[in-house]
Amino acid sequence: MKLFLFLSDFIVPFILFVIIGYGILMRVPVYDTFVKGAKSGFLTVIRILPTLIGLMTAVGILRASGFLDFLSELLGQFTSYIGFPGELVPLAIVKMFSSSAASGLLVDVFKEYGTDSFLGLTASIAMSCTETIFYTMSVYFMSVKVTRTRYTLAGALAATGAGLAASVILAGMMIS
Amino acid sequence: MLNYLWAGMIVTGIIYAAVTGRIPEITNAAIDSSREAVTLCITMMGVISLWSGLMEIAAKAGVIETIAGKMRPLLKFLYPELPSGHPAQKSIATNMIANFLGLGWAATPAGLKAIEELRQLDDDRRAGRAAGPVRKKGIASNEMCTFLIINISSLQLIPVNVIAYRSQYGSVNPAAIVGAGIVATAVSTGTAVIFCKIMDRRRRKRKNTLSRL
Repeated sequence: MKLFLFLSDFIVPFILFVIIGYGILMRVPVYDTFVKGAKSGFLTVIRILPTLIGLMTAVGILRASGFLDFLSELLGQFTSYIGFPGELVPLAIVKMFSSSAASGLLVDVFKEYGTDSFLGLTASIAMSCTETIFYTMSVYFMSVKVTRTRYTLAGALAATGAGLAASVILAGMMIS
Repeated sequence: MLNYLWAGMIVTGIIYAAVTGRIPEITNAAIDSSREAVTLCITMMGVISLWSGLMEIAAKAGVIETIAGKMRPLLKFLYPELPSGHPAQKSIATNMIANFLGLGWAATPAGLKAIEELRQLDDDRRAGRAAGPVRKKGIASNEMCTFLIINISSLQLIPVNVIAYRSQYGSVNPAAIVGAGIVATAVSTGTAVIFCKIMDRRRRKRKNTLSRL
C-alpha cells in the first residue's frame, strides 16, 4: 500500500531527471528548449481560460440553483432498481461536470459511510475510473472550434456508465 | 451541441433557482465561479508551462519519437485512418502516457496539441492533401471523437488523489482500491474502444455501399 504512495512521490522527480539527463546526453540546449516549450504551455492556458470561465460559471449556477441535487434525488429513486446505490448518484453526476466538486462529495461519502464500507469503496473506484466529461469536451473542442461533436457524448456516457457498473460489482466483490 | 449544452445548463439553473427561491445564490455563484476559473488558470499556468517545457526537451531529444514508434500498432488500431507518421501520433502518444501515469497537467498540453493537429489533418483532407473522409469545418472527425472518448474513459492507472483522500479519512488500507480501480478503468476504456470501433465501422460500411453504387 505504501508502495503506491511512494511511487507517486517519486514519479515526478524521476521523469524530470530522466528527460533532462537524456536531453543533456543528446546535446539538446535544454534550458533554451525548456523556455520555448514553457512559453507555448503558458499560451495554451491563456487560450483555454475563456472556455473555463464559461464552463465553470455554468456549472456554478447549476450547482447553486439546487438543480443537480434535485436531479440526483430524482435519478436516485430509479438507479436503485438497476443496482446502483442512490446515495452515490450526486457524486456520479457531479463528476461529469467538475472534478473538484466531485472530490468534495467523495469526502462527504467517506465521512458519512466510512472509506471501507460498500458505498465508500464504490465511490473510490468510481472516482478512479471516470473523467469530467463536459470539462474535457468543452476544453478540447472549443480550442479547435468544433461545434458538432457527433457521437462523442454518447461514447463518453457509455464508457462512464460501464465504469460505474464495474465499480458497483467490484466493490461488492471486495466486501464479501 | 456544446452551445446548447452550455446554454441549457445556465437557463435550467436560473429557472430552477427562480422556482425554488434561490436567485440570490445564483448571483454569487456566477461571480465566484468566474473568479475561480481565473484562479485555477493561474495555478495551472505554472504546472502546465513546466510540463510543456519538459515535453519540448523530450521531443527534441527524441524520447517522444521513440515512444510513439513503440505505440504505433496501438495507434494504428485506434486511429485506422490517421496517416502513419502524422504529427498527431506523437501528441496522442504523449497524452496517453501522461494520462496513464496520472499526470493530468502534462496530459492537457499534449492533448490540446493533438486535437489541433487533428484539425489540421481535416484541413488537409478538405484541400485534398490527405486521405480520409472530408467533413465541413466545425464537425468533429472520427479521430477527434475517438481521442476524446478514450480520454474521458480515464486511463489513469493509480488514482493517487483518491488514495490520498482515503488515507486522510481513516481507511485501514487506502490503496486497497488500486486493483479494482485498474479493472474498472479497463472496463470503461474497453467500452470506449469498442464504441469507437463500432462507430468507425458503421461509417466505413456506408462509404463502401456508396462507392459500390
